[in-house]
Amino acid sequence: MSPSSSTKGARPSAGSAAQAYGKELLTRLLREMMLIRRFEEKAGQMYGLRKIGGFCHLYIGQEAVAVGTIAALDLAKDYVITGYRDHGHALACGMSPNTIMAELYGKATGCSKGKGGSMHMYDAARHMLGGNGIVGSQIPVATGVALKIKYRNENGVVLCYFGDGAIHQGAFHESMNLAKIYKLPVVFICENNHYGMGTDYKRVSSVEDFSIMGASYGIPGKKVNGMDVLTVYGEFVDAIATVRKSGEPLFYEIDTYRYRGHSMSDPAHYRTKEELDEYKEQDPILILKKQMSEAKLLTEDEYGQIDEEMTDLSNKAADFADASPEPEIDSLYEDVLA
Amino acid sequence: MAEKVLMLALSPTMEEGTIIKWLKKEGDAVKIGDVLCEVETDKASMDYESSQGGILLKIAVAEGGGAKVGEPIAIIGKKGEDISGLLAGPGRTAGPAASSAAVGAPGPAAAAVKVRETESGANGGAPGTSVRVKSSPLARVLAEQAGIDLARIQGTGPAGRVVKRDVESASASSVQAPSSQAGLRSESVPVSGKRKVIAERLSQSMFSAPHYYVRLAVQADGLLRARSALNARREKKVSINAFLMKFAAEAIKRYPMVNSSWQGASIQLFGAADIGLAVAQPDGLITPVVRDCGSKGLLQIDAELSGLIERALANKLKPEEYGGATFTISNLGSFGIDEFTAVINPPGSAILAVGSIKKEPVVGPDDRIEARTLMRLTLSCDHRVIDGALGANFLKYLGDIIEEPVRILY
Amino acid sequence: MAVITFREALRQAIDEEMTRDESVILLGEEVGQYNGAYKVSQGLLDKYGDRRVIDTPISEEGFTGMGIGAALVGLRPIVEWMTFNFSFMAFDQILSNASKTRYMSGGQFTCPVVFRGPNGPAEYLSAQHSQALQSFYAHVPGLKVVAPSTPFDGKGLLKAAIRDDNPVMFLESELAYAWKGEVPEEEYVLPIGVADVKRPGSDVTIVGFGKPMKVILEAAEELERQGVKAEAIDLRTIRPLDENAVYESVRKTNRCVIVDEAWPFASVGSHVGWLVSKNCFDSLDAPVEVVSAEEVPMPYNHRLELASQPSVEKVIEAAKRVLYA
Repeated sequence: MSPSSSTKGARPSAGSAAQAYGKELLTRLLREMMLIRRFEEKAGQMYGLRKIGGFCHLYIGQEAVAVGTIAALDLAKDYVITGYRDHGHALACGMSPNTIMAELYGKATGCSKGKGGSMHMYDAARHMLGGNGIVGSQIPVATGVALKIKYRNENGVVLCYFGDGAIHQGAFHESMNLAKIYKLPVVFICENNHYGMGTDYKRVSSVEDFSIMGASYGIPGKKVNGMDVLTVYGEFVDAIATVRKSGEPLFYEIDTYRYRGHSMSDPAHYRTKEELDEYKEQDPILILKKQMSEAKLLTEDEYGQIDEEMTDLSNKAADFADASPEPEIDSLYEDVLA
Repeated sequence: MAEKVLMLALSPTMEEGTIIKWLKKEGDAVKIGDVLCEVETDKASMDYESSQGGILLKIAVAEGGGAKVGEPIAIIGKKGEDISGLLAGPGRTAGPAASSAAVGAPGPAAAAVKVRETESGANGGAPGTSVRVKSSPLARVLAEQAGIDLARIQGTGPAGRVVKRDVESASASSVQAPSSQAGLRSESVPVSGKRKVIAERLSQSMFSAPHYYVRLAVQADGLLRARSALNARREKKVSINAFLMKFAAEAIKRYPMVNSSWQGASIQLFGAADIGLAVAQPDGLITPVVRDCGSKGLLQIDAELSGLIERALANKLKPEEYGGATFTISNLGSFGIDEFTAVINPPGSAILAVGSIKKEPVVGPDDRIEARTLMRLTLSCDHRVIDGALGANFLKYLGDIIEEPVRILY
Repeated sequence: MAVITFREALRQAIDEEMTRDESVILLGEEVGQYNGAYKVSQGLLDKYGDRRVIDTPISEEGFTGMGIGAALVGLRPIVEWMTFNFSFMAFDQILSNASKTRYMSGGQFTCPVVFRGPNGPAEYLSAQHSQALQSFYAHVPGLKVVAPSTPFDGKGLLKAAIRDDNPVMFLESELAYAWKGEVPEEEYVLPIGVADVKRPGSDVTIVGFGKPMKVILEAAEELERQGVKAEAIDLRTIRPLDENAVYESVRKTNRCVIVDEAWPFASVGSHVGWLVSKNCFDSLDAPVEVVSAEEVPMPYNHRLELASQPSVEKVIEAAKRVLYA
């Protein structure tokens, strides 16, 4: 891989790729993306009913990124760390929808016992190091996790996600340098959903192609189409194998799009309806559905069944969260210190 | 099964939304994510995306109509479903009221707010019922333990704050409130401003200046003879107190340290003997001051003193006429008191207490008992300034002058 | 007992802990080849190699976050900042990640990392390099904050900090690195959160921590010559605070002076003053005094910089004020 190679075209065509990966894997990717989609829709609805408060950043539209990248990991030795739009990564890491929804509800049964909320989904056992609410703050932490992997010769990889807003933070640039000089096994992933909150990334960036930023630090960079989960997955199977072998960092810009506002309170008036509709036609779920149908790996009935199942899981997650107890007041002072 | 479509909070602060426009009409198929309608929130107009799929069976809130968050705005279900139950019955999803009840911990509103009752009279503005005494917390505890009323202690801390050492020195000499007796009335008497000043000044003196006392009985014959001789030629009689003032001023010239004041870091020696005389008034005590007695003649002292006493009894003294005595005389002889001790009057460091002049048996020459005219003097001294020997020498010299007034010429 | 410098005591602590526990690493600017900006880490690179003694670029936010990340997954990094003045480049990492990840994750993670370096005024360094910054860190739940005043305490507490499962801010002093003191040959660890009576007395309690303890002890000696027996309490740990040690002393002496070389507004000094006023109210014979830095940036001129800091004279004056002497 060379720095700033182009975004499309290098991979095999979708249909043949689908054939190559086989039904089991593709079904898994589809299920995971649909779970995220239905879960987030449910979360949005419950936010509207005030079951969920505060900031709530939905992942709808970006599902292929978390699912395609994390599917390439071995979470026994690899790690995931991301920013505040973290529900999708948490689900892709295999965290239960119940514990995530309960966390959104602030319930004692939430993954963080109701103390983290939407931006702080953690699962130590699944090597999910959370959602971080400060833009870019997780990036230096990722280098530390990679340092430990290297120190212990674990042959693991850290996937560190952040957005097109975070890429201008000093933390990103310092971390890229550190990862390179210490040869740390970390893949920096800029999920470019085109808007840092309400600002079009092109308005605030000296370059439009983020993938060239790796070059400053001698780190190979590449731009990938994040609406096609098979492209993402295929790229990351290779990338992770490369890092396991070299022990050195990589940098990816994954081009994606969020359908919803930055958070639940954002009407997203900074973009046009036409733009949104255009992206919705490249919906990652529809693309995969089409790829699978064309490869005869998915029937309409099967799709409907998966949809129903994922909707049901999401509804049950909401029911579970609803029925779960509030944290005890006494828990207020728990877990401040070890 | 058909479900209600509920109004959602499309902004964090939205309580109610207005349907601007329905983008689907009854009978239309709705997919999850389809925009059902546009809603005007308190902030902006937002697309309402459906999180439910099916057929839009019923629009419950027409365009221009409003719905509170959690209230149904439509019903979505399968074609032909009976929705009559939904039109009347409660929604499947709990509304915001239930939600906030579940989330909300008992807030401050739940706690009973008790209005603190004020003690009767404490804030009633009754005059003189409450005097705030500046004191350290420790002093308050110690005073309470010792049963001492803080108001009776003169503080020596900053701005008169009563501190530990004040309570400790007061606890020895503290006066307990007398218990009520039959025939006497138990009441709280308001403290006049003057009484308060007296209390503060003398308490401060008593509890900060270490007092000691030297006593002397002097033969008053010489004084009386001199006074008789002077008054024989005068219409207005010169008082004994004027003589004592003059004599004290002369003794001060010899022992100037007696005419001084403890200032903490220094001792202030006064350049003039400004001598005060304690005068009883019906509502208290006042000490008019004759300035610079050492440079004035007896007649002038007497004249000034008479005028001051007159104005004192008429309550017409000006502050400059009764403040700043460097030495004070208190004479209770006219009350028939043989002898007593007086509290030093600040800023002075000594006060002379004078008893009555009367004949007493005295052991005279050859051990014979004789009748002599005696006057008993007690000098209270501030030990911080006046050591015992100085107090003794001063009083002895003053006694000598009284016995033999011609000595002032020596 | 051996008499060694503060820096040697700290080095012994790091050295012993690195030998004892393979998960302990040291990283920071100039800690390796340069042997430490203040020579605390002298010889450690030679002994442990660059796998465990890691020179970093001037990139505080980056390497501080790296230390935190490594701590979250099982290492025990010691992150050295050349001085605490530079720690604010990394403040977000301390505040948003080190102190909060445990809480935000519902107790799933621990963050056993030590952040250490010199804090507080030195000499002739002017406003940006001569600051006492403990108040900022003392403010944050989820952190421990330690500030030793002697080589003995420094070694024992640093070993405890390295073994602690929480992020520990370890405040040293540039001027104190050369101070000497007795340190036993045999291994010892001092508990975090326990104050020490550095000098017993009955008339007035003087509370402090870190470098100003020297000023306090000199003032106490002078007060003794003037007939006043001052009790000097060394907090040693700012968070968690050994409140009872302070209360016990104040309840005995009825008077309290707190010395904190930070600015007084919302400081450790003002906080301890509030605690004492609240918890020893009925034992106080005088208002609590705080001797702090003057509320100015540190000036370069030596006369001015000394005037801006707590001094023996200022401590004595404050003691006399609370004694009404």
